[in-house]
Amino acid sequence: MNLVSHPPRMRELWQFTKLIRSKNAGPFELTFDIMFKNRESFDDVVKSKALSPNVIAQLYRVDVQQVRFFVVEHLLAIKISIPRRVFSGDVADTDIYGGQFHGPLVRLPVKE
Amino acid sequence: MKAVAATGNLSTGFREESLLRAVEQGANFIGCDAGTTDSGPYYLGSGQPRGPREGVKRNLRLMLREALKAGIPVIVGSAGHAGGRPHLEWTVSIIRELAREHGWHFKLAAIDGEVDKNVLAHAFNQGELSALTPAPPLDESAIRHAERFVAMMGIEPIQQAISAGAQVVIAGRLSDVAIYAALPVLKGIPKSVAFHAGKILECGAASAAQRLYPDCMVADMDPDGFTVEPPNPAIRCTPQSVAAHALYENADPYHLVESGGVLDTSGAKYEAVGERAVRVTGSRFTPSQKYTVRIEGATLVGYRSIAIAGIRDPLVLRQLDAFLSTLRPVIERKVSDSLKLAPDAYTLNFRVYGRNGTLGDLEPVSYEGHEVGLIIDVVAATQSIAADIIPIASHTGLHHPVPEHEGLISNLAYPFSPGGINAGPVYSFCINHVWELSDPCRPFAMRMEVL
Repeated sequence: MNLVSHPPRMRELWQFTKLIRSKNAGPFELTFDIMFKNRESFDDVVKSKALSPNVIAQLYRVDVQQVRFFVVEHLLAIKISIPRRVFSGDVADTDIYGGQFHGPLVRLPVKE
Repeated sequence: MKAVAATGNLSTGFREESLLRAVEQGANFIGCDAGTTDSGPYYLGSGQPRGPREGVKRNLRLMLREALKAGIPVIVGSAGHAGGRPHLEWTVSIIRELAREHGWHFKLAAIDGEVDKNVLAHAFNQGELSALTPAPPLDESAIRHAERFVAMMGIEPIQQAISAGAQVVIAGRLSDVAIYAALPVLKGIPKSVAFHAGKILECGAASAAQRLYPDCMVADMDPDGFTVEPPNPAIRCTPQSVAAHALYENADPYHLVESGGVLDTSGAKYEAVGERAVRVTGSRFTPSQKYTVRIEGATLVGYRSIAIAGIRDPLVLRQLDAFLSTLRPVIERKVSDSLKLAPDAYTLNFRVYGRNGTLGDLEPVSYEGHEVGLIIDVVAATQSIAADIIPIASHTGLHHPVPEHEGLISNLAYPFSPGGINAGPVYSFCINHVWELSDPCRPFAMRMEVL
């Protein structure tokens, strides 16, 4: 029996993917597309639970019930959609196209 | 039935030789989307089209020339970017100009997508509007105070125009998918095929493995499915690239809600045909119980003026939050003294690039760096009030103290003189509702012109 516990190796989400993007899905919603390099990368991230409705709800400060989370196996992709807290173009909006909201996901830690 | 999408947006363009090849290979019509809500509420609110006009004219010239030569229709949706009445008229004026310059003759249908406020208020009071999620709060007064509304038409008004003999159809706000589905459905192609093909075509060459530049895309539809193939031999589609396009700008990867029903692509099969084409089969279309169209609207919120400055002093940077939070009341007091305006009469927003300018309060990373860029962002009831607040805010910020420096200091680096920039009217999207219609064509007036 191995009593020595090795710390799990940590990598970042971008190391598993070929595309991480965010974009408006209309002015009132944001959608994230995460496309994986291959089956192994997809499986590793799905298994790690690094991405989940809870993680997204915390990062983007929305109710977890409002997170639509799709594991799209035939495309080796994860798609996530959330409501915008600030609608596109409102006075306080920072990103009209919603194209940079994926920033915090790129270096998300993934436990292996 | 071969549909060619000239490009993803009429203002961006395509390769002339790609369009020529697509038409030579037997296209039955040329479609193009001209609009989106993606660039914000300004275009809908102001009635301004998004150009460049010369670019739109070049693209329309090539599309019309090839279509007239081949005797096939041209369908343009969401004219002038927002698809309101001024946007439609702007696009129609370009078409008339082209017909005059080239001696072209054809029947033109212009379909109005703008909905008058009285009509919409009546629909609201009749309970014909229902909110999608999330939606801004809506009542009759919000409708009456808004600048402009459009309804996103489905395939039916386009079919009506084509059936009435139009060769060129310019539509106000129109579903991107409907541009490509209207004519095939009229000719007997099932909606399951035509709507899925429309979703793939709506961004032009964007469903290619690598979109080298904006360009054309062709879908050949039959009762069992469709084959998508770029006319440009330098571009190719793969099963993966075509399937993945269903994700783009759509909240749900499998279900696309359109006027008249829902396209379900969860059972779709994507197979390679040769090196560059993909065959798509197996989608389903479920007609909806009620026919609804999505409403878009914009309200004037105020007028914006901004100033841009850099901050480089490490002592200011290490206490930036305190610097800005103590600066705000000083500005508010000065605005109150000199302009007699209370803080709730305008918005003052400090946008700090280099710290959290992109994500605002969602930024999870704490600031580290040697400089930030600051945008002082003021929105007020008129442009002249916003323009008056900016010099007060920027001069106050310039000399706002930090405890480590004694005497008068200058903490903000302004790159421009004058420091203030008037950014014009600010609008907000004020509605996210659908409107139940007894007749899909009812709100959309069609005008036929013989050019």
